[in-house]
Amino acid sequence: MEVLVVFLPLLAFLIAGSIALFGGPKAAPAAAGHGSHGHGHDDHGHAQIAHAHDDHTHDEHAHDDGHDDHHAAAAPPTVGDRVAQFVTAGAVIVSAVLSWILFFDVAVHGHPRTIELMTWIHSGTLDVKWALRVDQLTAVMLIVVNTVSACVHVYSVGYMAEDPQKPRFMGYLSLFTFAMLMLVTADNLVQLFFGWEGVGLASYLLINFWYEKPSANAAAMKAFLVNRVGDFGFALGIFAIFVLTGSVQFDAIFAKAPTLTGETLHFLSWDFNGLTIACLLLFMGAMGKSAQLGLHTWLPDAMEGPTPVSALIHAATMVTAGVFMVCRLSPVFEYAPTALEVVTVVGGLTAFVAATIGFTQFDIKRVIAYSTMSQLGYMFFAAGVSAYGAAMFHLFTHAFFKALLFLGAGSVIHALHHEQDMRKMGGVWRKIPFTYAVMWIGNLALAGLPFFAGYYSKDMILEAAFASGSGVGRFAFALGIAAALLTAFYSWRLLFMTFHGTPRMDKQVYDHAHESPVVMLVPLAVLTLGALFAGVGFHEYFIGHDRAEFWGKAIMTLHGHDAIEAAHHHTPGWVSIAPLVVGLIGIAMAYIGYVMMPRLPGQIAATFRGIHQFLYNKWYFDELYDALFTRPAKALGYGLWKSGDGAVIDGVGPDGVAAATRDVAARASRLQSGYVYHYAFAMVIGVVLFVAWLSVFG
Amino acid sequence: MILQGIAFYVFAALLVASGVMVISARNPVHSVLFLILAFFQAAGLCLLMGAEFIAMILVIVYVGAVAVLFLFVVMMLDINFRELRKGAMEALPLGALVGLILLAELAAVLGGWIVAPNVAAIAGAPTPAIDQVSNTQALGRLMYTQYVYLFQASGIVLLIAMIGAIVLTLRHRPGVRKQNIGAQISRRREEVVAIRKVTTGEGV
Amino acid sequence: MEIGLGHYLTVSAIVFTLGVLGIFLNRKNVIIILMSIEMMLLAVNLNLVAFSTFLHDLVGQIFAMIILTVAAAEAAIGLAILVVYFRNRGSIRVEDINMMKG
Repeated sequence: MEVLVVFLPLLAFLIAGSIALFGGPKAAPAAAGHGSHGHGHDDHGHAQIAHAHDDHTHDEHAHDDGHDDHHAAAAPPTVGDRVAQFVTAGAVIVSAVLSWILFFDVAVHGHPRTIELMTWIHSGTLDVKWALRVDQLTAVMLIVVNTVSACVHVYSVGYMAEDPQKPRFMGYLSLFTFAMLMLVTADNLVQLFFGWEGVGLASYLLINFWYEKPSANAAAMKAFLVNRVGDFGFALGIFAIFVLTGSVQFDAIFAKAPTLTGETLHFLSWDFNGLTIACLLLFMGAMGKSAQLGLHTWLPDAMEGPTPVSALIHAATMVTAGVFMVCRLSPVFEYAPTALEVVTVVGGLTAFVAATIGFTQFDIKRVIAYSTMSQLGYMFFAAGVSAYGAAMFHLFTHAFFKALLFLGAGSVIHALHHEQDMRKMGGVWRKIPFTYAVMWIGNLALAGLPFFAGYYSKDMILEAAFASGSGVGRFAFALGIAAALLTAFYSWRLLFMTFHGTPRMDKQVYDHAHESPVVMLVPLAVLTLGALFAGVGFHEYFIGHDRAEFWGKAIMTLHGHDAIEAAHHHTPGWVSIAPLVVGLIGIAMAYIGYVMMPRLPGQIAATFRGIHQFLYNKWYFDELYDALFTRPAKALGYGLWKSGDGAVIDGVGPDGVAAATRDVAARASRLQSGYVYHYAFAMVIGVVLFVAWLSVFG
Repeated sequence: MILQGIAFYVFAALLVASGVMVISARNPVHSVLFLILAFFQAAGLCLLMGAEFIAMILVIVYVGAVAVLFLFVVMMLDINFRELRKGAMEALPLGALVGLILLAELAAVLGGWIVAPNVAAIAGAPTPAIDQVSNTQALGRLMYTQYVYLFQASGIVLLIAMIGAIVLTLRHRPGVRKQNIGAQISRRREEVVAIRKVTTGEGV
Repeated sequence: MEIGLGHYLTVSAIVFTLGVLGIFLNRKNVIIILMSIEMMLLAVNLNLVAFSTFLHDLVGQIFAMIILTVAAAEAAIGLAILVVYFRNRGSIRVEDINMMKG
């Protein structure tokens, strides 16, 4: 069953990929006779074939009249498209159901297991196998990944209905799912790295799905390159672990970790604490993958990809891989307290900085992206204070409500005909009520109001940070509270700007705004259930009294460090209600700013122009990196190209040889003067030299 | 011996002098005449050495044939020799230097020639005593027996040279009448003779 | 004094050098070149005859005769070429012969 869960998406990817490459059978006969030029005819055909999936055939006419360039002529889905969609969505749904079964077996009832598949590398002391490690941590991730992925697959059938390259999209989604599953079921660091790289690849392919857009190309390259920097650190971390422990397999590493606290690694005449260095390097990989401060610049740009991609990859699963990795390696991190402190600080700063940027942005997807970055910061600083259970719980609940928010935003974008700027939205809550309702639920969960999912996980994180007692913990707590205030503020700002007030878009767009098709609404409903009940249903297991039996050996916390324990028993009352209070303050501020006095935000932004510009331009990180890394690298490359390659190598090599040959030949050709007496003279000189040589050496 | 020495030096001096004049005379006819003088001196030298056949052949062939040929060509080409002087002065220093070096080398090599003592034993064709066989006879005996192929080959070379010279210089002038025997013989009466009735007093 | 092999060889060397000089020092006319070649051949003949005499070996004189033959042939051909060249170009100035300029 475990093998099925992991490999079904791979099979789906291969099938969908083949369809994308070689083309499935062509369109069904009903539409073939008319070709694909007549819009009206196409819509009839579309309605005939895809009747089960859309319920607004007459709207298609109006829909396609107001054309914009994302849709080329909307051809009806071919048989190949349908097969790809069914196969991929079906495979991932099956995987999701199986993962829930596995979760109850492995985690709730406590039967972790490892299934060995085959040997990969066996070289000297390096022994790496393909093995599926299914313990409690894995089981949690499996349900997260598969459920969200299944919802996104089904949602994409509706969202990408007008895109001509559906099999490719569905195939990439399944590829991503497979890679993520490999990552979470990895039994050793190398297999984890394989999954790590695989999700990076899938992210690149999906961000760049509309590859004719230059901005998408740039964003995909940026994502991949920034990730690469992180991966570089990660790879070094793996090497360091191997040097320290002699193995890359998790059980072996965890067994040896307690004995390594004093070990040092010698590098360039300095001695470093081995575990700290290894954990810091591994964390660098997590920073890249999870868009923590410093390696975060790719996440907002990644919104160039279609919205389902953002929901799947940049909200729920890929970016959480870093958190997962830190929690998986908790037995090692526990013995590197310096590294944990760094993790806490970075996480806290990320949470705060992301929130500050998020509350100035106007693109609906960017706001949610920065919100993701901020929540990832929460997860990291929870892991940093050794509250791994809380981090995983927040990962679990966040996956649901963040995916819900993204898909809801996608629904809004779809309804408003691909408008993403919130300044051009407003006043549509009556026209798309279902989307409006689910966005409310998602934002309530995000802000952490009681009963909704985020309340349990977020509050526990903040309490654990406070209760850990350490300086960095308190620092992270302060930043977390500030970020909670900002989070509530910008979430409701999003709601009010998008759904309330006077409509600020074209009359035509407003008139045509309609609710999304059922195929897009069902996944929203599923995720809403998660956002509502994931918290209340599972908090006992993750962070409550049952947590020890729940997690078993998957997560390890040293006794003195147990922040969750401390949080349960030793926190002052004000700490428990502080998140709720700041959340309500944030909502109130948003209401004042965007409903009661709509001109107020503009005036505040104008008054504090400098700060506003600073935050709006993302703390100028992109510009900083451009000046620090991009320009010097380009200058170096240019210099090496012109001087190094051009002048030196080409000059000495081909060009130089050619010029020298021409030169010598020109000089030699002057010997051919044509005058016989010159030739005779040359002959005589030759004779003279010959005789001289003979008489000296002969 | 004295006579031999004097004769040698006179012949040698004249030879060198005429050599110099050959290459530096203004009038090419003078150059040829000096060449003839040089040949004569060389023949004298050969006589001194006892190679009388070679000496006579030098006179007959070189002077009588080759030099006369030169004279023919020089006179035939009708060269204007007055304007041909310039240019030689520039190359003189370098050329003279090279020539001197060559001369020095040759002199060093050849002047210091040591003949191996046992060379007489390995002579290809020992010279018979002069009182028994004359030089001509000895040469004849050697050439027509041992070196007959060489002799024939040189004859062929001369033949080729003759053919070559003719081929090079023969030209067909337009309008030169030649006999074509074949055409003459194969002519038929009908082609060349025609009978006309002519009244007296009229022309054809 | 005794006229030895060396004397004859020196004389022949001088004449040879004169012939060599004559080839490239003259810019006037091509006939000088041909005559210089004849002088070089003469010098070689002298050399061979000298050796033949002093080594008491008749082969040298045979060889000298062959050289004589070849020299005559070569002079004939050379002059024929010269005549044809003069016919075509109208001048036998050495400086004008530069059509082979590379």
